[in-house]
Amino acid sequence: MKSAVIQLPGLNRDRDMIAALTKISGKAPIKVWQTDTELPEVDLIVLPGGFSYGDYLRCGAIAARMPVMRAVAERAAKGVLVIGVCNGFQILLEAGLLPGALMRNASLKFVCREVKLQVANANTAFTRAYAPGQIIRCPVAHHDGNFFADPETLARIEGDGQVVFRYAEGTNPNGSINDIAGIVNQAGNVLGLMPHPENLIEAAHGGIDGRALFESVLGRAA
Amino acid sequence: MIKARVIVTLKNGVLDPQGKAIEGALRGLSFSGIGSVRQGKVFDLELDGSDKAKAETDLKEMCERLLANTVIENYSISIT
Repeated sequence: MKSAVIQLPGLNRDRDMIAALTKISGKAPIKVWQTDTELPEVDLIVLPGGFSYGDYLRCGAIAARMPVMRAVAERAAKGVLVIGVCNGFQILLEAGLLPGALMRNASLKFVCREVKLQVANANTAFTRAYAPGQIIRCPVAHHDGNFFADPETLARIEGDGQVVFRYAEGTNPNGSINDIAGIVNQAGNVLGLMPHPENLIEAAHGGIDGRALFESVLGRAA
Repeated sequence: MIKARVIVTLKNGVLDPQGKAIEGALRGLSFSGIGSVRQGKVFDLELDGSDKAKAETDLKEMCERLLANTVIENYSISIT
């Protein structure tokens, strides 16, 4: 599997993502800088977490307007798989590649802890290595993870199976509507999620529940 | 030069935890009779030229493309 990791000033989870992709796919991802207008030919594009542009204006708002995002949008439209984690999810929403918005946590506090996730749709390119309804462990670390969508949008994404991960067993850390932790676009090739699966992929992390997400992608791209 | 002010506020029905916290803090300062508080953002812009119609069009596009997230926010533009 060939992958690319987008890098922007203020992102800080790119190294974790690069390590995870390298360990799981056996191939180091190509790093792409925000001002690049061309992307290499890859099977997977990842927008990692962090605090791009210091979260100025709105989380992900400025990053979403950088030149590289036009290239990401073009690839996404062609069906290339795209994952945005945490700030990467916020960037995908601000870029209009996913529906809804992420707002300040209902508690107003930054949350950094482990949550439980339910795999709400195991029939996607990102979740096929999980069992339907499976409960997994995953860390979260964010201040603005409170997913919101207007009632029509919410009904549509729920009806179309676009909700892929939900916070399970009362672990919703941010007030997200319908406990939504991760969604895909209508075509199913763009995933955004607040939790960090790249931080739970080997025994040294204390668990490997995040690994199947990358293995799902690997299975398709092999 | 044209001076403009853009105000961005959360749409009705969108939860505003920051506004709620501010509301609570005002009550804590013993201000009475506070119905509710919603917070937002103000942008003051200086634009070259004197064509107000063009400025209005440009400002609207700035709001749509960057200054506001129209999924959750409304904006208003005033030119002085």
